[in-house]
Amino acid sequence: MPPSDPHNRDLTPESAAPTDIAPLGRDTVPAHERTADEEKAMADWDAIAADPDFKSLLASKARFIVPATVFFLAYYLALPILVGWFPNLMTKEAFGGLNWAYVFAFSQFIMAWVVAFLYVAAAAGWDKQAAALLAKFRK
Amino acid sequence: MSSTLPLAVAQQSHTALFMFMAFVAATLVITYFSARKSSGSAGYFAAGRRITGWQNGLAVAGDYMSAASFLGIAGMIAFKGYDGFMYSVGFLVAYLTVLLIVAEPLRNAGKYTMADVLAYRLSPRPVRALASLSTLTVSTFYMIAQMVGAGALVKLLLPGVSYEVAVAGVGVLMIVYVVFGGMLATTWVQIIKAVLLMCGTLFLSVLVLKHFNFDISKFFDAISHVPVKSADGTVVTKDFLQPGLVYGAAVNPWGPLDLISLGLALIGGTAGLPHILIRFYTVPDAKTARVSVVWAMLIIGAFYIMTTFLGFGAATILTPENIVVGGKPTDNMAAPLLAHFLGGEVFFAFISAVAFATILAVVAGLTISASTSFAHDFYSNVLHHGKETKPGEEVLVARITAFVVGAIAIFLAIKLQTVNVAFLVGLAFAVAASANLPVIVLSIFWRRFNTAGAVTGLAVGLVASIVLIIISPSVMSLDGKGLINATPLFPLKNPGIVSIPLGFLAAIIATLCTREPAAEARFTEMEVRANTGLGAEKAVSH
Repeated sequence: MPPSDPHNRDLTPESAAPTDIAPLGRDTVPAHERTADEEKAMADWDAIAADPDFKSLLASKARFIVPATVFFLAYYLALPILVGWFPNLMTKEAFGGLNWAYVFAFSQFIMAWVVAFLYVAAAAGWDKQAAALLAKFRK
Repeated sequence: MSSTLPLAVAQQSHTALFMFMAFVAATLVITYFSARKSSGSAGYFAAGRRITGWQNGLAVAGDYMSAASFLGIAGMIAFKGYDGFMYSVGFLVAYLTVLLIVAEPLRNAGKYTMADVLAYRLSPRPVRALASLSTLTVSTFYMIAQMVGAGALVKLLLPGVSYEVAVAGVGVLMIVYVVFGGMLATTWVQIIKAVLLMCGTLFLSVLVLKHFNFDISKFFDAISHVPVKSADGTVVTKDFLQPGLVYGAAVNPWGPLDLISLGLALIGGTAGLPHILIRFYTVPDAKTARVSVVWAMLIIGAFYIMTTFLGFGAATILTPENIVVGGKPTDNMAAPLLAHFLGGEVFFAFISAVAFATILAVVAGLTISASTSFAHDFYSNVLHHGKETKPGEEVLVARITAFVVGAIAIFLAIKLQTVNVAFLVGLAFAVAASANLPVIVLSIFWRRFNTAGAVTGLAVGLVASIVLIIISPSVMSLDGKGLINATPLFPLKNPGIVSIPLGFLAAIIATLCTREPAAEARFTEMEVRANTGLGAEKAVSH
């Protein structure tokens, strides 16, 4: 039944074409069934990898991802370390009857959300860099 | 309150059953429509790669928020206070590993399974065979834990339904979703369940706060004065905001180290859980994968903050000594009993129905990850060298596998009825963190990484996790609670702190001992793909 059929009261979005699998003996294989070796000729991978714009894209990603990962791992592991081995420190009252252990644990949620939003903001820039890079090689 | 409750539960079992049936009916309608469209491999395994960001975010959250976290964490906080909260924190922060390190490269360089990324530049057959074994191990162990939990829960919530009927019912439904509806139906089951779960949790949290007249300081004041009956029968007041009631050095000298080990398994394991990773193949591109992780983080974070309201709410409003079913303290019932006390019969029935929907959705997600991996990695690529002998064969094999996996899970869950299988969830996270994560990370970021490293890393991570769990206090104990009545040989319940470094070390050492120029040569192509999305699979158009 085609999706435009007015009697088709289907709730879910259309998912796949009926023939997205390669029949036996067909010459051209759909894109999603090609193996890596068959796609070797699809682009000049080495030329893209050698491009200074690609190198600056990688560097820009590393500049964010490496410190961000080190930071969130350290911030997260500090919680069990402090709670486990320094309970006297963590059970001191922070404010309003709450102790530091609870405040620090709660702050992990805020930390995770903030790092995620910073990542998304940074990644929008990488999307633009990648698009510009690919446009250079498309012509 | 505790004396009248079992009667009330029995009376209300019909309402809960009715609500659960409504959920089942809605999901079966979706399965029917999905079944007519999930044709072809990308349709069946990856929902045609047409799931949107927020939909996939809800589905990831749905796959992740299991009954173990909904009922288990609320119960743990209700009985042990702060230390249960540590799970909630780990479950959310874990998604930073997924977002920053794994999701986008995986989406750009893979097709249907996590093994695709490994097979991209390594020798496909040995790598896929082991990755498939690891996926099946994680999925089936996790699934058995969920199904045994489902059966036990039914006995508490619906006294009219037997353990065997409940397990078989859950098993048959998950087989129907996965065999007929594929990834599309499974995704929609997750989405509906996530919405129901969030609504139920939110409403219950509001009721808890209303009980304290929306005065947070009054709430926290109550949490720091929870009456707990000690072993000799006297009631002492405990501060549930104080850490250490479970993992404190005063309770167990290995406790603090165990807590760190647990944290490592949570933040490393989530990024290696096959049923979470395959979700990123259902979206059109890496950008949508990224958006969906952020949606999932918002939902999961809000959910785990609310579980603390449920847990602390149960601790303060009900108090631990009243969270009792059939005369025994039952921590899994903390949230349902709280719902009964604050929201009445109908809300209790709703929360019970949501708990079942949760189990059902999670086992369906696990089944499709196991069957996809078996069909795509093992059958098509290991046995048949990546060629289909008949069109549609891979999907057919996946459907048969889903049926077999479901049948085995029903059988084992009924056989293991009386066994405490909670350690299987820990095992699933440990295997994911120690076997899957090291090889995924090294394969994406290390040019020199090769097949020998991947095979050794997967094998050592898998074996180390299983062996350390078997000799840990979760399985070996002298108090009769474990499977083996012996003194544990390994002091920690969570093996992550040993098994994760072992998995990484094994992969690195085996790589350094061998050379594979072909794998290194293909790294350039993979690096370009992973970082630009060039050549990544797009949504299936029509």
